[in-house]
Amino acid sequence: MARRNFFTPLIDENPVTLQILGICSALAVTTSMTTALTMSLALTVVLMASSGIISAMRRHIPAQIRLILQITIIASLVIVTDLILQAFAFEISKRLSIFVSLVVTNCLVLGRAEAFAMQNPVGRSILDGLGNGLGYSLILLIVGFVRELLGLGTLFGWAILPTVDSGGWYQPLGVMLLAPSAFVVLGLLIWAIRVWRPVQVEPDEYPLAEARR
Amino acid sequence: MAELNPIKLWHRILALPAESQTKTIAMAFVVSAVSALFVSIAAVSLQPLINANKLAERQAKLDEMIANLPGLAEVLAQSNAETLDTVIVDLTTGLADDTLDAASFDMADIAADPATSTVLSDEQDIAGIKTRPNFAQIYVLKSGDALELVILPVYAAGYQSQINAYLALKGDLNTVAALVITEQGETPGLGAKIAEPAWQALWPGKEIADADGTVRLAVVRGGAASTFEVDGITGATRTSSAVSAMIGFWMGPQGYAKVLFALRNGEV
Repeated sequence: MARRNFFTPLIDENPVTLQILGICSALAVTTSMTTALTMSLALTVVLMASSGIISAMRRHIPAQIRLILQITIIASLVIVTDLILQAFAFEISKRLSIFVSLVVTNCLVLGRAEAFAMQNPVGRSILDGLGNGLGYSLILLIVGFVRELLGLGTLFGWAILPTVDSGGWYQPLGVMLLAPSAFVVLGLLIWAIRVWRPVQVEPDEYPLAEARR
Repeated sequence: MAELNPIKLWHRILALPAESQTKTIAMAFVVSAVSALFVSIAAVSLQPLINANKLAERQAKLDEMIANLPGLAEVLAQSNAETLDTVIVDLTTGLADDTLDAASFDMADIAADPATSTVLSDEQDIAGIKTRPNFAQIYVLKSGDALELVILPVYAAGYQSQINAYLALKGDLNTVAALVITEQGETPGLGAKIAEPAWQALWPGKEIADADGTVRLAVVRGGAASTFEVDGITGATRTSSAVSAMIGFWMGPQGYAKVLFALRNGEV
């Protein structure tokens, strides 16, 4: 049972590709693997800690002020994470700019707190946080991999495809460094997953009317 | 009724149903207090590391600005000077001061120490910095005896952060050679545009004061119409006016006016 909490969010209930949560930051930080990895770690840590804390005090959270208490806890964790990044990974924290702070408003974190941690014991909630964090990380890293490789010809800053500028043959796809390309990559990824797992395909909400003769 | 033992009080609160009014207020209070404490401890304990990172970045920006100033490389080559001369100046007299150690000089410490700073009155404090340091570390480049370039550290309170910058003046001490924003935490996408090279590129060639010696250089709304005006940033009025006030203050009588006077007379 506990294993389910961990594994389902990776593909079957992936927060990004199935629930389409946390898209904003997924677009913004995936121009390189380094920023995508740092953001993934930050989000996973915050998500696990917030799920654990909120689950531990779930019986004492009054329903009327539950959202504001959850946000307060999440915001504190995010501020501290941001400070730690600024202290130990200053360059990366500057490239991530406000997106670490914006983890507070990431629907994914509040969504897991509200949907899972408020009803489940601490251990399972932390595992659920870890699973969802890794599910988010997986998508971020795949999108980051495609964008950095095609956009710059590098991975983690190491040259993989020798670019024309440095005397090689690869002409970098500049569009991959722009935000819209993340939508394209993400769209292709969701398509691939839904071909593989047809159960994820949503019923057509507005079917086209039969063509009139 | 009143329970004085805090542990018993705590247990009694925990035992209340989650929906009771007392518990709602108590939980709101406890969660915010604990969160505040947690964030404060982290902020205070990590501050020295963050400051060290910022200091290293400021030095790198200064080096970069010096490397990118047009014509500076040639001037450096002609004057046989490897780098700029670092001079600590006394803002109250305008003269050089050699009692302070340049290696450990920190303008923020000087401004925070009542013994080495001057409290500004409301009319004087247009840049919102409350106290003015009595000493500043400036960089001077001469070729022969002629001044080529002077770099002055300046700062001001912006919309939601302190804006730190270097203002480089040409040898006439009235023409801007460059303005480089080294640190700011203004609204990303709006005020933070002051840190972009495109905006800083508007500054070189602007003039500080008119023939009467009145400081005229300012950031304006709409189009800049003269050499005393720089285009502001749309949607960031407060940040733009903070940069404007920063120039006005540091070029004015409380700022570097005496230092610039002494430099013109060759006394520094």
